[in-house]
This record gives sequence, C-alpha cells and structure tokens, in this order.
Amino acid sequence: MMTSLLSVRSLTTAFDTEHGKVVSVDDVSFDVQHGETLAIVGESGSGKSVTALSVMHLLGPTGSIESGELLFDGQNITALDEKAMQKLRGNDMSMIFQEPMTALNPVLTIGNQLIEAILLHQSMTKKEACATAINMLEKVGLPRAAQIMKQYAFSLSGGMRQRVMIAMALVSKPKLLIADEPTTALDVTVQAQIMRLLKELCQQSNTSIMLITHDLGVVAEMADQVIVMYAGQIVEIADVYTLFEKSLHPYTEGLLASIPSMVFDGKQLESIPGSIPARYQELAGCRFANRCKYATERCRIEKPQLEEISAGHFTRCFEWQTLEKGGVAR
Amino acid sequence: MNKPLLVLANVKTYYPVKTGFMNLKTDYIKAVDDVSFELMAGETLGLVGESGCGKSTLGRTIIGLEPLTEGRILFNGNELNFKTERVSLSKQIQIVFQDPYSSLNPRQTVGKLLAEPLHVHKIVAKNEVETEVERLLELVGLPKTAKERYPHEFSGGQRQRIGIARALALRPKLIICDEPVSALDVSIQAQIMNLFKQLQQELGLTYLFIAHGLGAVKYISDRIAVMYAGKIVEIGSAEQIFTNPQHDYTKKLLNAYPVPDPRKRSIVVQQGQNDA
Repeated sequence: MMTSLLSVRSLTTAFDTEHGKVVSVDDVSFDVQHGETLAIVGESGSGKSVTALSVMHLLGPTGSIESGELLFDGQNITALDEKAMQKLRGNDMSMIFQEPMTALNPVLTIGNQLIEAILLHQSMTKKEACATAINMLEKVGLPRAAQIMKQYAFSLSGGMRQRVMIAMALVSKPKLLIADEPTTALDVTVQAQIMRLLKELCQQSNTSIMLITHDLGVVAEMADQVIVMYAGQIVEIADVYTLFEKSLHPYTEGLLASIPSMVFDGKQLESIPGSIPARYQELAGCRFANRCKYATERCRIEKPQLEEISAGHFTRCFEWQTLEKGGVAR
Repeated sequence: MNKPLLVLANVKTYYPVKTGFMNLKTDYIKAVDDVSFELMAGETLGLVGESGCGKSTLGRTIIGLEPLTEGRILFNGNELNFKTERVSLSKQIQIVFQDPYSSLNPRQTVGKLLAEPLHVHKIVAKNEVETEVERLLELVGLPKTAKERYPHEFSGGQRQRIGIARALALRPKLIICDEPVSALDVSIQAQIMNLFKQLQQELGLTYLFIAHGLGAVKYISDRIAVMYAGKIVEIGSAEQIFTNPQHDYTKKLLNAYPVPDPRKRSIVVQQGQNDA
C-alpha cells in the first residue's frame, strides 16, 4: 500500500486575539496522495487558508498548532523548528498565493527573485540558475522570457505575474504545491489558462496539489478529492464525482446551487442566506444550523459528527438521509 | 420602458502618453473607442470584458470620473455636463465600486457614512436623517444597529450592502455597478445579485452592470454588451448572447467559464504516464 504524501491528523489551530483564544481550524484530518489534486472548498473565514498555512508553518506570531499531527512524506513535521522548515518550504513544498501583486517583491527584478529562490535551495552557479530561471519562465508559457527576467512586477499583467509565481513555486520540483485561490484575482479567460498550466506541470513532475478555493467551477475542472469546510470544520469529504452528483451536506448543496450556470434558462440564482456566525465556537449544535433549510430541533442542541456514508464519502449532518432522498425542505 | 434614460453616441475616452525622442510625440491609449448604445429606463445592461478592455473606464466616464474625449452622453434627453451640474447629476447617477474594503471610510461609522450624502444634498429634513438611515439599512438587509458600527466590523458581503445603501441614499435613477460582486465569495455573490434584482423591482432602478465574466451578469441583465479593446464587439438580449453568440470573443468568454461538472472537464491531461 502506498503511503500518502501529506497526512493531517486532528489538526487544531488557534489564534491569540484580544478576545482570547480563537480556534479557526477545529479537528481537521485528511490525506493528500502522490500526484493527486485535493481541493479545500469553503467561504471566507471557513479556515481553509489557515489549514494550508498550518501545514507550511506560516501562522505568524499569534497563531499556533494546538494539537494534532502533520506527516509529510513519512516525516513528522508538527514540531519541526524554523530552520528545518525553511529547508522544506520552497524545496519539497511550495505555495502560490491569491494576489500575485503583493506576493512578488516590487523593488527586485523578476530574474533576481527567481535566481534567489533557486540558489537558496539548489547548489549551482549563478549562471546555471539564470538559465534554469529562463527555462522555467518559458515552461509556464511566458513569451520573451529573457526580457521578462529584467522586468519588475508592476510592468506585468495579473496573469503574467501569476505565471511568474507558478514558475517560482515549481522551480525546485516540489512534491506538494499549495495553491491558495490561484485564479480568484484573474479574469475568466486567464483563469482557464492558469488552471490548465498548473494541471499540466504538476502531472509532468507528479506533484500533488492542495487547491484552496471558494469556486466550485474551478474544483470541477481540477480536483480529484474534495474537502468542504465550514466554520473551521470539515463538513464533507468525497471524490469530485460523488460530490457533484450526490452531495450529502446542505452547505455543499447551497454552494453548488449558487454557481451561475452557462446555460440560459431564465432561472433565479439561488443563494445561501446569512453568513458564518461570528462566535461559532460557542454554539451548542451544528454550526450551519442557522442557515440550513433542513435544520431540525436536534441540529440546534446536538453537535453532528463526521460520518462515513459510503467508502470515502463523509458528511457532518444528521439530515443526510433527507438530502439523499432528494431534499424536501421543511 | 420605451424612453431611453441614457444614450451614448460615439463616446471616446483617450489618455495621452508621451513617447518618442525627448517625449515630444504624443500617442493616445484608446481606453474607450467609439462606443454607442441606449439604455432604457428600468432596464439592466450587462457590460462584460476582460481586464483592460475599458469597461470600468466607460462606467467612470458616464459618471464624470474620467474626462470625455469625444462623443456625447445624453441622460434623460439632456447632455451630461459634470462641470456645471455635478450636484444635481450625482443625485441621479450613482456608482457601486468593486472593492468594498477600500471604498468605505474606515474612520466613519456606517450611520455617518450614510447620513453625509443626505445632509449634503438635503434629501430629508435634519430631524429625519436618522430614520432615513435606518430605512436604507433595512432596504439592503442590514440590522438598524449597524449604524453605530465601523466598516471593519462587517464581512465583505455586508460591506457591499453598505456600499449599495450609500448609492441608494440619493434616490438615483441610474446605478453603475462596477464589478460589485467580483471580490466576494461565490455563495455571497448570489445574495448580492439577488439584492440588486429585488431593489430594481421595488425602486424601478436602471443598472449598467459591469463584470468580467458572463456568469455574473446572466441573472440580472436584460441585454448584454461584450467589450474588447475599447470597443463593443457584440450587444444583444441576454438570451441571444448565451444561446447564439455571434462574435468569436463572446464565444471564447462563454467557453472559458469552468463548467461545474467534473465529467465535462475541458482540461484533460494524459493520465498515468508519470506515475511511479
């Protein structure tokens, strides 16, 4: 049996704030297999980005991993010190961020930044690093790569900047690429190009992708496995086909209904009413209950657990059978 | 719905750029290049195109935030002149911006933010300002207590509701929506789109709805205009654009959208070649 590349076990991450400790990732477990694309879906504040930052140990001074275990490539990285982590980051795991403008250094040329990233992790001469960088820029589909090496971030368009970010993340042939909303800031036409590029490059080098997004359209195009998060918890896990065909959580159902379809049918767009409750940690029952059309009395007083319905399909809902039958709203 | 509220005739917005030896030559960036259309009262026109196609510049030109280089803009049959009629025009045309994080003053409470235009334009008597602010908040689905709080205390979707309330404060006829949902989560986008639709039915508003994708404008638009490189390349009813697109660029925009069905993936990569 193949072991998974990344194994997250009961991860709980909290932040120190003026109002005390806030748990933003609550008992999250999942695995990323070699060469697989795992999507983590949820709206702002659901804890999806914090989950990724926990894996990278990039929580900043106020955040910390409270409990749980992170296994990367057979190694326990939960309590790895900063120096060892630095070696891992950018080498075996890299990350690309949502906003390619703020993620690139505005006062260094693209070439300088790429060469710096290469020299930090690989032993080669500056000349070789320069050639590798140009080669990588060509690989991500940028025209006139040698010229772009001399340019600054501001002179590139959003799509080009995101390609530079991808080049920088993939230059060390990482085993795991964490992509935090890589296409959210981009146009739809550019989004399709970037998604294709990510998929192709990762396929070539057998890189696993952890894709963080709120857009289920992107998930349908890219993912193998999908995790849906809400208010710090996993509410549903399924492979991508099962999720889109027979989702068993009302939140996933709402997310699916709120994607605008490209077929003209004159229908009203459905939405999930309300937003994530502010102090959801203190709720007695299900965290989604106040926005859920299936909610019963039980949902407000008792906490649902993540339950395996069929092989590999988990849901955190008491009413999943109602959804399975076609979903009769109460 | 038979009288045009807004008429654009050969509208051009050019920006001069100095180039050549000693910057002596002046070139022009044609952000909006010869755009003409009519917008009927009570209608919604969706305006879509990619970044840099000039759609936002067009919106900003209509509301007077960018200078008009050439052409005519008629509002209610009269030529728009922002130099002399700024105050009376801003009562009739309003704009909702893309980024609800940077378009609200962080140092003002929501109540103050909404009361200011009411004071400046004397929309209601001084002692009625408070109740008017509450009415506006209720209109966009926010609690009355929101007026005592600051913008940072709200989520992105709620902030966009505040932005909409502020645009509605002057009771305008036309609202230019400049990508009002692009910065929001998909589930929240749907809420805000439905709010726009509901407000239109209640208040009889006319919208020019700008977006970069066709998905966002589909549910709200009566007609859709597709813009590319400063020009409108196709304009037609929403149904026509979706079921029978004529221009290649419109087809490209339609195809670029990810299909929310994993079995119809457009990205097909050869499987199994590199598996160890």
